[in-house]
Amino acid sequence: MTYDEGTLAQLTADAQQIIGRYPVARSALLPLLHLVQSVDGFVSPDGISFCADQLGLTDAEVSAVATFYTQYKRRPNGEYQVGVCTNTLCAIMGGDRIWDELSSHCGLRSGETSEDGQITLERIECNAACDYAPVMMVNWEFFDNQTPESAKQVVDDLRAGKDVTPTRGPSKVRTFKEVERVLAGFEDGLANEDQGAGGPTLAGLEAAKASGWKAEQA
Amino acid sequence: MTTQLTPVLSAIWDQEKSWTLDTYTKNGGYNALKKALATPPTDLIQAVKDSGLRGRGGAGFPTGMKWGFLPPDDGKPRYLVVNADESEPGTCKDIPTMLANPHALIEGVAITSFAIGSNHAFIYLRGEVVHVYRRLLQAVREAYEAGHLGQNIHGKGYNLELTVHAGAGAYICGEETALLDSLEGRRGQPRLKPPFPAVEGLYARPTVVNNVESIASVPAIVDKGVEWFTSMGTERSKGMGFFSLSGHVNKPGQYEAPLGITLRELLEYAGGIRDGHELKFWTPGGSSTPIFTAEHLDTPLDYESVGAAGSMLGTRALQIFDETTCVVRAVMRWTEFYKHESCGKCTPCREGTYWLTLILKRLENGEGTMADIQQLLDTCDSILGRAFCALGDGATSSITSSIKLFREEYEAHVTGAGCPFDHAASALFPYATASTVEVSA
Repeated sequence: MTYDEGTLAQLTADAQQIIGRYPVARSALLPLLHLVQSVDGFVSPDGISFCADQLGLTDAEVSAVATFYTQYKRRPNGEYQVGVCTNTLCAIMGGDRIWDELSSHCGLRSGETSEDGQITLERIECNAACDYAPVMMVNWEFFDNQTPESAKQVVDDLRAGKDVTPTRGPSKVRTFKEVERVLAGFEDGLANEDQGAGGPTLAGLEAAKASGWKAEQA
Repeated sequence: MTTQLTPVLSAIWDQEKSWTLDTYTKNGGYNALKKALATPPTDLIQAVKDSGLRGRGGAGFPTGMKWGFLPPDDGKPRYLVVNADESEPGTCKDIPTMLANPHALIEGVAITSFAIGSNHAFIYLRGEVVHVYRRLLQAVREAYEAGHLGQNIHGKGYNLELTVHAGAGAYICGEETALLDSLEGRRGQPRLKPPFPAVEGLYARPTVVNNVESIASVPAIVDKGVEWFTSMGTERSKGMGFFSLSGHVNKPGQYEAPLGITLRELLEYAGGIRDGHELKFWTPGGSSTPIFTAEHLDTPLDYESVGAAGSMLGTRALQIFDETTCVVRAVMRWTEFYKHESCGKCTPCREGTYWLTLILKRLENGEGTMADIQQLLDTCDSILGRAFCALGDGATSSITSSIKLFREEYEAHVTGAGCPFDHAASALFPYATASTVEVSA
């Protein structure tokens, strides 16, 4: 491993905390891989050895797990992971067109990263926001009800170093590494940031209220 | 008579900071836990059995019965694992539930864990929703600080640890045994059953795996009572549930209603199909459930009626498509999804979804033959019932049902040498089809 002393000490301390959440150490592997990505920006060879060391596994055992899951990247990822949903519902509502225009705009195919290291573009599968179709995710924050123009604007703003606000989520999208640290289970203090629940989320409640309906009280 | 909407889980979603412990408590949150901790666990299990609550994650297995399958306490650990891996295409109910009111789930976890005698519970959340994870982490911390989790809960001598775990992108981890393997730090591949998780689940110990919405419904059942819950729904499909409308409707979203409501009724609340268009086909419960058409507008959306009409209630993910939509294109994209998400463990699913995708692509691109349509059905026949888990079966649903309902549309792709539909007409924003862009793979 080529981590410097400080990095390794921090990683080790974090890893011990993660392992402590589980009755059996190996359960910590998925969050540990997220932790490695929060430092290296991908699952690096060093990161694989680190996880293996922490859990008493072989590098091969760790690699076998890392390669199974799409969120673990095998090459250095961009600062911003931009994913356009092209599963059926989003694709038909316009996701296919958004993908075509965005891909052409960036000159990137799915999985490729821009030369400046800012953007990794990806076609993604259903992200459980179908009532907001067509949907795009940036570092796993929701960008709902997109158009080709709005999607290109988001990417242009990110590349220009401007803050970008998701439609549901915190006040600005954090970097890939910062988000990966949250996914390793470390709070970043942004949970109370909010852009509103969102129209579709409240649609049923509002329709019920408009008619004066509620579930009968016991 | 119209079926009224019944917001229960969603009742406080429009309140200020609805996701905080403060808001939840102000609205009576954690009263049910208090009540539960003063109730013998066997009575809690019986109450959930009596409520008729059935798994809200798709399969519809009776929740209380699942709890009852655990073997008698042997003094060693047993676990509750909440399946929050919501990934079935079209399904979008658990994510808003956890984003807007994570405490309903956490209270449900505490009650359920107490009922089944577990001292360590897990929420397995898909990793691709970071703000939901933030809200869950914060809510769990708040619950520990308030004494709803941790040691000696409410001073009643009951201890519970709750770990919220983020996955890393794999649809198969929504399958309960694959989820357990993933939670154990392995590749998420399904296990041979039996043994069922109730006997040998997480770390080979007795384990209950339940969906978010099922567990989040438990506090309301405990608090308001079995009679209240069973006053909603139909004879064998009790209670309320989310109906998630998406696609070509004017007001897509989450509609919490008694089971047995119809799409016709739901469309009324959702402002109808988008203006100037008409319903063509829809999924009652996500992409793994056979598609329906306008003929099924009045089919009661409960487990039995949807089953009798040839589909499945699934996750109540109603993806709605109007007449501009090409069914072959829709089915092709779902099939690509199953191919991408097939874990590779069993041959029928791994190879079958690969070939189905190739055939559907060539049909959509105008390179197919009439024989391809029969080949699709034959290949589906080789997968259905022969795959290791439900993913393979689910991959065949949209294909076989769409060929049955829209065979002439498949044939038109052959005779017309391509897709007869203007894809721009389906999009929710205008664009000129003529303005082509350089398409990347």
